[in-house]
Amino acid sequence: MNFVKKYLTYAIIGALAILFGALSIAGVLTPSYQYLFEKISISVILAVSLGLVVGFLGELSLGHAAFMCVGAYLGGKISQLIVEGLGLGDSNFLVFILALVIGAVSAGVCGFVIGLPALRLKGDYLAIVTLAFGEIVRVIFTNAKVFGGAQGMPTPRFDRKYLFVIGFLLVLATIAVIQNLLKSKHGRAITAIRDNEIAAKATGINVTKYKLVVFALSSAFAGVAGVLYSYSNFNIQPAKFGYNYSIEILVMVVLGGMGKINGSIIAATLITFLNTKLPLVLTGELAVLQNLFYALILILLVIYNNAPALKGFREKYNFKNLINLIFKPKHDPAKVRDDAARWDVVPTKISMDEVISTDVIIDNYGDNSADIGERGGNK
Amino acid sequence: MEEFVLETNNLGISFGGLKAAQNVNLKIKKNEIYGLIGPNGAGKTTIFNLLTGVYQPTEGTFCLCGEELKGLPQDKINHKGIARTFQNIRLFNNMSVVRNVMVGLANQPEYRCNLFESIFRLPRHFKVEKEMRARAKELLDIFGLLEDRNALACNLPYGKQRKLEIARALATNPKLLLLDEPAAGMNPHETEDLMNTIRLIRDKFDMTVLLIEHDLKFVSGLCDRITVLNFGTVLTEGTAQEALNHPDVIKAYIGN
Repeated sequence: MNFVKKYLTYAIIGALAILFGALSIAGVLTPSYQYLFEKISISVILAVSLGLVVGFLGELSLGHAAFMCVGAYLGGKISQLIVEGLGLGDSNFLVFILALVIGAVSAGVCGFVIGLPALRLKGDYLAIVTLAFGEIVRVIFTNAKVFGGAQGMPTPRFDRKYLFVIGFLLVLATIAVIQNLLKSKHGRAITAIRDNEIAAKATGINVTKYKLVVFALSSAFAGVAGVLYSYSNFNIQPAKFGYNYSIEILVMVVLGGMGKINGSIIAATLITFLNTKLPLVLTGELAVLQNLFYALILILLVIYNNAPALKGFREKYNFKNLINLIFKPKHDPAKVRDDAARWDVVPTKISMDEVISTDVIIDNYGDNSADIGERGGNK
Repeated sequence: MEEFVLETNNLGISFGGLKAAQNVNLKIKKNEIYGLIGPNGAGKTTIFNLLTGVYQPTEGTFCLCGEELKGLPQDKINHKGIARTFQNIRLFNNMSVVRNVMVGLANQPEYRCNLFESIFRLPRHFKVEKEMRARAKELLDIFGLLEDRNALACNLPYGKQRKLEIARALATNPKLLLLDEPAAGMNPHETEDLMNTIRLIRDKFDMTVLLIEHDLKFVSGLCDRITVLNFGTVLTEGTAQEALNHPDVIKAYIGN
């Protein structure tokens, strides 16, 4: 059962990819849903990769959309040139793979280069530098004639029937790489830096190296999302990659819970769904309510996640319990004291009486009360 | 010539005009438990920070087993063999106890496993993880923390947090262990327990220990030799009895 739980996320995404892929090939799935799934897979890749920096490394980055922008433009441009130069069809799989590699590498290199000076900064200062970097990238692409300037750049399009399936597979790859990284000694080093940077240095962790690796890796995945984005649209425009979009990705991460990959996935799906569906539901005079509803939903979700009064409710009806209900655990987790055991059943608050009584019993000097008096006196 | 584990030559640092430490000469032999005491603001923790690379000394040098370490960054100094604990406990609070120790183990050559091997789950990753976990459990067992290995570090009681910090420092396989006020905030029973633990560390790990402590009973009961600091300079050094009865030391602590 543990095996099932461990790979549940992969299984669900894989199953969805197969299910919707089959529906799409059969012609049941409408293009609007295909486009929605493409958007969702882009958002999930972005949210999970930003979550690595924000939730696990503990640094605030507000320039994630810029790395996506670099990947989208460079990957899109090169594949466009190849497609036109060799007269290939838009849906050439090899060209797409090449574009993905180029997008990932270029964005990763960008992340590395920005990380070199920026990661000496902490907290708000790093956030401002990444924000500024995002604006620089946007302005460069707005003014670069090669990339079409503000009008945007035409990009090759992949057959919509299959693109979202590839998107789902890329989501799987992203989650696998990040999950594997985090569940290794390197992941422990990364969370150690988040928890206490000074102690991490003193324990022999090369903080600069790990920060750079995480920043570059996260940017590379943003680049992958960018290529996916450029393939799912006729035309990409620099205005899309403004800091608003960076903030939107950050909202997904925060809403999903810091340091929770599954949370990021769910939040990214939900927000993308809302963003796509709200404008369709609220039309005409109600259109002004779109942003209001979006904001209201965000506020309610944050309150639900954090309000102390709802703690009991959250613990009773959460995702974990739902999974336990479906896959009944063989042992009572409270009784197992192995690596997989729950730590939270161990009492953390011991009453003062117990502390004093154990203290006295261990000393074992015979008459306890006299002993306490004597020791108090000596001190 | 006798080889010292730690040897400092006129080590000192000044912040602007303030000389936080100057002309500090420590010579610590192998297997020694060495105490560093002094009134508040005497520069004890500053010396620890110099020895671990948090500050770079403005004068003098220091050597570990004859190897010059001045100028190296903190993580490199740790790799060379100096590990420390902190005055106010610095654990990785949101990680379990066993993972705290495994972070310390990660840099040892026998647990080498690069990023590529971890991400693509090559056999070495599983081998190294298994070995590290086993080693971490051994270490926790020595400190009596095996039962708590899956608890979050921040949920441990104070005394155990101190022990965990020492265990984590030992996991980096140091030649010299620096303990910054290990007994601070402990009750007499816990202090007693800690003294035994430190002796155990010295014997079991063949360790050399340099510690800062204010509890003079603790220091005189545990340390082979001590150095007394005041205003950044060395007042005296010697065995605990010699140093604590030195007139300058009594003057520094309780006045004329």
